[in-house]
Amino acid sequence: MNSIIKRNQREKRFKFYGILAVATAILLLVILLFKIFSTGISAFNQTYIGVKIQIQVNSDISNLDPRRELRRNIRTMFPDVKTRSEKKNLYSLFSNGAYYEFEEMLDNYNGEKIDGYYYFLASDDLDMYFKGTVKRKGNSAGRIQPSQMKYIDMFENMNLIELKYNKYLLGSSDSREPELAGILGAIYGSFYAILIAFITSFPLGILTAIYLEKLASKNRFSDIIETNINNLAAVPSIVFGLLGLAIFLNFFDLPRSASLVGGLTLGLMTLPTIVIASRSAIKSVPPSIEEASIGLGSSKIQTIFNFSLPLAMPGILTGTIIGMARAIGETAPLLMIGMVAFIVDIPSGPMDAATALPVQIYLWQDSPERAFVERTSAAIMVLLLFLFLLNITAVYLRKKLEKKW
Amino acid sequence: MTIEFIILSLIGLTAYSFFIGRKKALALSSLKNVTVHSQPYYHGLYSALITIFPAFILLILWSWIESSIFSINLREYFKDIADPAVADFYILGVINFAGGIDEKAINHVNFMSAVNYYESTMQMNLVLKAIVIIILTLMVSRYSLKLIAADFKARDLVEIIIIRVMKYASIFAIVITIGIVLSLLFETIRFFESVAVTEFLFGTHWSPQMSIREGQVGSSGSFGAVPVFTGTLLISFIAMLVAGPIGLFSAIYLSQYASINVRLFAKPIIEVLAGIPTVVYGFFAVITVGPFFREMGIFFNIDGFSSESALIAGSVLGIMIIPFVASLTDDALSAVPQSLKEGSLAMGATLSETTTRVIIPASFHGIAGSFLLAFSRAIGETMIVVMAAGFAANLTANPFNAVTTVTVQIVGLLTGDQEFDSPKTLSAFALAFVLFFLTLILNIISLTIVKKYREEYE
Repeated sequence: MNSIIKRNQREKRFKFYGILAVATAILLLVILLFKIFSTGISAFNQTYIGVKIQIQVNSDISNLDPRRELRRNIRTMFPDVKTRSEKKNLYSLFSNGAYYEFEEMLDNYNGEKIDGYYYFLASDDLDMYFKGTVKRKGNSAGRIQPSQMKYIDMFENMNLIELKYNKYLLGSSDSREPELAGILGAIYGSFYAILIAFITSFPLGILTAIYLEKLASKNRFSDIIETNINNLAAVPSIVFGLLGLAIFLNFFDLPRSASLVGGLTLGLMTLPTIVIASRSAIKSVPPSIEEASIGLGSSKIQTIFNFSLPLAMPGILTGTIIGMARAIGETAPLLMIGMVAFIVDIPSGPMDAATALPVQIYLWQDSPERAFVERTSAAIMVLLLFLFLLNITAVYLRKKLEKKW
Repeated sequence: MTIEFIILSLIGLTAYSFFIGRKKALALSSLKNVTVHSQPYYHGLYSALITIFPAFILLILWSWIESSIFSINLREYFKDIADPAVADFYILGVINFAGGIDEKAINHVNFMSAVNYYESTMQMNLVLKAIVIIILTLMVSRYSLKLIAADFKARDLVEIIIIRVMKYASIFAIVITIGIVLSLLFETIRFFESVAVTEFLFGTHWSPQMSIREGQVGSSGSFGAVPVFTGTLLISFIAMLVAGPIGLFSAIYLSQYASINVRLFAKPIIEVLAGIPTVVYGFFAVITVGPFFREMGIFFNIDGFSSESALIAGSVLGIMIIPFVASLTDDALSAVPQSLKEGSLAMGATLSETTTRVIIPASFHGIAGSFLLAFSRAIGETMIVVMAAGFAANLTANPFNAVTTVTVQIVGLLTGDQEFDSPKTLSAFALAFVLFFLTLILNIISLTIVKKYREEYE
């Protein structure tokens, strides 16, 4: 009897280990996503400071230097700021972007009187303090000195510090200053790279899959190709990066850092995935349909292109989308072909130097500024959103187009 | 006259061949007493394929030859420059200047005359290229249209071309592998010209940084890769310690115990872990796991706990490979015939006894294969270790110390400025060569094991 109880206890314990393992895996995923989202969500807002701007009716603003003019307006709010260092401390609360914003405001000036509070971009240090990421200790907070804190308190007492939507994050390219840095350039780079990867790997993958599944006779040669493709699928991605470096950059002399090269490299990397997915999709088309087509006098090629391929398309597309999703998140091969440069311009084509979204994440997490941490998380949120949408599309395609034979 | 013009006219001529060919075949088939072998569509397709092919080949060949001829002729202008690399740089400058990419002229006596020569010849060359290619294409197009006749087997020919294209496409996969091997091999051989193979494989000191001044201490750099290999193995081993039990027990629970609903819910969630980009895991290691372990280190008073310790990188790497272990092990467990399981249960064994004594031994090969595959994935993973592990190579088995991995070294050596003749850069290729073969062997072994085992029960 004793042994039965023991055995049952062991059974329960064993089952508990299983539940524990599943729960741990799910918990780790939840922690990861929670950490990323809770860190990143604040980056979609940005701290702005209100400045009283006064411009008379029909002023001649053509000769105004926006930088000096904005500073003059800031200074009029604080009449007792006199010395150089006081001025410097006051101005340092504003980002360089504030001057561009003011310049833009001046460009839109239509002669009407301007008198009121307008909001301008704050520096990243103030941003971090105001969001509570950097805690206040006495009269300083992180890199904010007591001499600066004085003005922050004044602005806060006047209710002139506000959080507004961060238009830079999704609307501009990389920058050394965190408050001006955005991921638009990286999104373009990723887009071009994925486009090129798709153009190279999709047709090649389908043609290979058809050949191996329908046309190749079972012999040594097709065996070699098959083993080769299975092994290629498991080659570390960084090795593909070295291949890209050696072939596209050193041999073909294509431009370094271009998304064209990144795309080609990612395309080679995705090819095996697409071939394997396409093969299993083609295999699952019932032979009766193909036999009927052959029986009615179609040739083998006609059967493939009129029946096998269209019927296998949902499966092929699902596999391709999943392969592309993996390529979007891939970083290591892009580091090898030099897509890690600091690039301020938004690339206008696949030949331009660019970074990709995951590389941007890698570059930002390496930056010392505190404000880049939340922006890195925000960039990850955007990346995960893209991947989520792609995978949802794949699931939807499979559900919608899948036929049960 | 630009290259776009040539390509556009080629596309136009191809479309022309297709439509005229189809029209001609259509007219032919409407005649009485004539049976045409192929559909008009195939006649058009064949004409189009025949039209584009020679022009395409000629275009590529011409562009290839012209660039080498130009660089030979341009070299004449820079004869006084001894270093061929500098001369190449000047030639590139000429091409970029003429193309308007670069607006700054290089300060050299012959620079402007070289630009003038390049511009005038390039223009002539383009016109000539366009004329030759378009005339050739027109001739081929006319020829292909002449071929159309009732007994002309256009369909068969088109199909032969399609099959051939497919065959070349599938050979391309082999070309990639050969490309990988060759590109790694060449640089590796160059590396071993300056560093002995034995030093690389058995040396225990790795510091590839070369000093700039000659004669400085350690100026030669040392390339004993043993610490790099042991670091890789240590981190991958820690990763397997995390992923092995969690993956194995998840798979056991999901395949043996869980109800269908739990399985449908939990399995995709675990798979999500595999879909998250590795750079995200790296960031997670930096902002969450790293600080957590550091605080644990302070709490337990562990000496020499490094912020880049193998433990941090290894455990996050482990999280990443959980789904690989789980899903492959799940497949292996599910492949065990139901009759074995039912037989054991009928004899009175509990489910856990059945699992440990019948199902796991019966699927042992599959589980081993899945562990090997996961291990090879861990060895080749880059971003997590680049972000969480260190660059300094320490020969240690202490998980609290910082170690480096093969992939970290490759990234460290190849990002930034590269000179392709220094052993420092070349050593990255040697490391990649080792990495490629190690993962290849692991994959082949595991794929063979899994395949063999699967056949056992079929």
